[in-house]
Amino acid sequence: MSAPILEIAGLHKRFRLERTVVDALRRRPHPAVHALNGIDLAVRRGETLGIVGESGSGKSTLARCIVRLIEPDEGTMRYDGADIRSLEGAARRAFNRRVQMVFQDPRGSLNPRMTVRQTLAEALSVHRMRPKAQIPARIAELLDLVRLPREAADRYPHEFSGGQRQRIGIARALSVEPECLIADELVSALDVSVQAQVVNLLLELQERLGLTVLFVAHDLRLVRHLSHRVAVMYLGGIVETGETEALFAAPQHPYTQALLAAAPDLDPARRHRVPAARGELPSPVDLPAGCPFHPRCPHAFDHCRVEAPLPRPTGTGSAACHLLDRVPMPATAPLPQKEAAHGL
Amino acid sequence: MTAVGLAPARARRRPSAALVAGLVIVGASLVLAIAPHLVAPYDPTAFDYRALMKPPSWGHPFGTDNFGRDILSRVIWAYRVDMQIAVFTTLFPVVFGTAIGALVGYYGGIWEPIFGRIVDVVITFPFLVLVIAIVAVLGPGLVNMYIAVGAVGWVFYARLTAAEVKVQNRLDYAAAGKVMGYGDARIILRHLLPNTVSPVLVYWMTDMALSILLGASLGYLGLGAQPPAAEWGLLIADGKNFMSQAWWMTIFPGVAIVVTGFGFSLLGDGVADLLRPES
Amino acid sequence: MSGTVLSIRGLTATFPAGGGEAAAVAGVHLDLRAGEVLGLVGESGSGKSVTLRAVLGLVRPPGRVGGQVLWQGRDLRTLPEPALRRVRGGEIAMIFQEPMTALNPVLPIGLQIDESLRTHTDLGRRARRDRARDLLDLVGIPAAARRLDDYPHQFSGGMRQRAMIAIALASEPKLLLADEPTTALDVTIQDQILTLLLQLRDRLGMSVILVTHDLGVVAQSCDRMAVMYAGRVVETGPVAAVFERPRHAYTLGLLGSVPRGGGPRLPLRSIEGAPPPLTERPPGCAFAPRCAFATPRCRAERPALEPVGPDAAAACFESARVADARGAA
Repeated sequence: MSAPILEIAGLHKRFRLERTVVDALRRRPHPAVHALNGIDLAVRRGETLGIVGESGSGKSTLARCIVRLIEPDEGTMRYDGADIRSLEGAARRAFNRRVQMVFQDPRGSLNPRMTVRQTLAEALSVHRMRPKAQIPARIAELLDLVRLPREAADRYPHEFSGGQRQRIGIARALSVEPECLIADELVSALDVSVQAQVVNLLLELQERLGLTVLFVAHDLRLVRHLSHRVAVMYLGGIVETGETEALFAAPQHPYTQALLAAAPDLDPARRHRVPAARGELPSPVDLPAGCPFHPRCPHAFDHCRVEAPLPRPTGTGSAACHLLDRVPMPATAPLPQKEAAHGL
Repeated sequence: MTAVGLAPARARRRPSAALVAGLVIVGASLVLAIAPHLVAPYDPTAFDYRALMKPPSWGHPFGTDNFGRDILSRVIWAYRVDMQIAVFTTLFPVVFGTAIGALVGYYGGIWEPIFGRIVDVVITFPFLVLVIAIVAVLGPGLVNMYIAVGAVGWVFYARLTAAEVKVQNRLDYAAAGKVMGYGDARIILRHLLPNTVSPVLVYWMTDMALSILLGASLGYLGLGAQPPAAEWGLLIADGKNFMSQAWWMTIFPGVAIVVTGFGFSLLGDGVADLLRPES
Repeated sequence: MSGTVLSIRGLTATFPAGGGEAAAVAGVHLDLRAGEVLGLVGESGSGKSVTLRAVLGLVRPPGRVGGQVLWQGRDLRTLPEPALRRVRGGEIAMIFQEPMTALNPVLPIGLQIDESLRTHTDLGRRARRDRARDLLDLVGIPAAARRLDDYPHQFSGGMRQRAMIAIALASEPKLLLADEPTTALDVTIQDQILTLLLQLRDRLGMSVILVTHDLGVVAQSCDRMAVMYAGRVVETGPVAAVFERPRHAYTLGLLGSVPRGGGPRLPLRSIEGAPPPLTERPPGCAFAPRCAFATPRCRAERPALEPVGPDAAAACFESARVADARGAA
């Protein structure tokens, strides 16, 4: 792991909503969903960065901005030094080759009218990955890579299970030999045992191909299992980053603490009877003033209602919380240590 | 890790009864349109003063009209004209409408409200009234009818296509194509349109049936095909003054309209079944 | 916890499918004690949701249900429909995964609670309104009196789920069937709802069957658990015991599939293959084709659910080997 390959600074994205006629006549501004509110992020080459958050956190919007499915309103994104937002034409296609994405929905992520062969061959030929004669062989290789039988090539997506369709999606993304893979909730729609199969595949591919992976998910256990580093998002901002084990052992931001405490622990002996976080997720249309988490934060004080905290350095990363200015935060909730004894 | 197994390949779907029936009727209609002289027993324009307004008999299964012309032959020869009407009135709307609809559905933005207003204007007027108005300006005749229908009819295909394309464009496979760096043309033509073609095709089949009715209506009004051409609407118009004495002059062309329209409708249903994506 | 309140024996539910029959539930045996929370765990296609619906008689033709469902001594399967309707929503209530589809979008919440109260209680109009407000309070919805007149879409996801629980509790049921009530919710909200369910269980003395695919939810909120695979129960027991020493190879595989903080970035112990299609089960144990412990006997003969401990049962011929295997990687 070395220099950052992906650098994001000051990213903002608002989605405008419709006004009522009355509001339009009164010249009120459009309400907007504030999906991203100033994202700063650096991803190192070869690492797996887990991006974790609940609904409205903006994690999917962030992922889609990076591949330019969504155009951000403000901010810069640099990949390998080059400004992503200004890429056009051939340079943009070159970027598409280097950064690819796999999607959440096994049903909608494959064209139902194209066979696997046609889907993969299209990617290979549009990007001229192989001369035409070698495409069938390469398709067979790609299917081997994701552990699908070769007969799969001539089938249609509806003939596969959810887990198999995700593998095909991975094969499609890998067909252009990317350096960076963004997995937007890759396994969320799959059964637990199937999730394990796909996760194992992802681990293996990352090792073999030296991929940089952005793993966007809401499942904390999976994120902890796969990632070198983790970024926690809440209401369009990154509230904490850090190396995985350090963050899970001693989370610094109250939201991270609540999130980790809320995630159902697999140890039946550890049960809590008080909810870890109170209140509802505020609407991203109407952001609270100051720190976005203050209405639900057990430690909020006056300053939190007024000023949004900037990220401050922690042991292995950063956390955006005013409390860090005061006293170093101890881990407030007992969190599961590595359970080597159980071995599973 | 071993490779994950596949379920055995599913058998292809059998063609439905609707599809077969539709194909038979439309196929027969095409044959009659292409080679009426092979089937019709008489020359459709031949007068026979000895057999005026004769009821159906072995010699004239559909009877004769007030000029002694054999109705059966006239109905058969009318296939040529009416099938042409079915195809030519719908061809431009399908092609142009689908193209505009795909662009509006894909790009959206300000084009959506602009297109929306065009649709609003067109559907506010009764279709028949608009067509008649245009034909009245251009003059009666089949070609002007094609122009009139084309000018107005493309909007319906465009609206249908725009809605379908918009839905498909939201799915992840379209996003995957964009992330792959595929150009807009490729995404629209190779990915989105094939997945939206089914409702458009079905609508087209139904539209052909309706176009025959339209052509017949305009022919009846004297604004479509002109006499002495054999066209079902004209035949009905010819017979309207003799309804009480010679019902066969109007009934049989009417039956031909119904059967042919029904055939197209069935074909549309059958094609929809065939193209329905399996889940 | 005292006697058994619900006893399911040989429950089956079959549906016609593609020319044959699909057995979504193929013989379920379950016992539920008073005041306990039973977790019914399985993946998609295991039949867990259909089981709940079959208990309440919600499986309609062409689906067919067989077997016995003894609720407080009466067999629900043989009850005439009017009597069953009194039980449904009365003594036994159900909550669902998606509140937005389970709630009527055009009726205010207060009215939906009122409906249940009118059907299952004798309260007058005033009393019903007060009780509805109390119920919303009970489930933790702030400003309850005002919210009675709100429509489902005016509630957030977590609040809607609470509202659905309030409707279910209107008749003071003795048994709550919960079909994946938190799957569609965010983690922090899920935590609140599960905590609420446990509090309600304590206060009202209800029994709960909680259907879920999330082992964490089972670990945190259930007393006992039953694991389903291919339409049958393959293992039951107290949650701690099953997590500590699973006795069925599928349970072992399931627990292994979930990252539990042992060695990050190591391959998870995944189960190869996929469940059998519901129309075509293999002759012996349904899990045998995927099982690392399978013997020829397993492939030929279907194991019945046998006791393997004081309070536990497993449908596995090799349960002893499975129990010893949990330490091995």
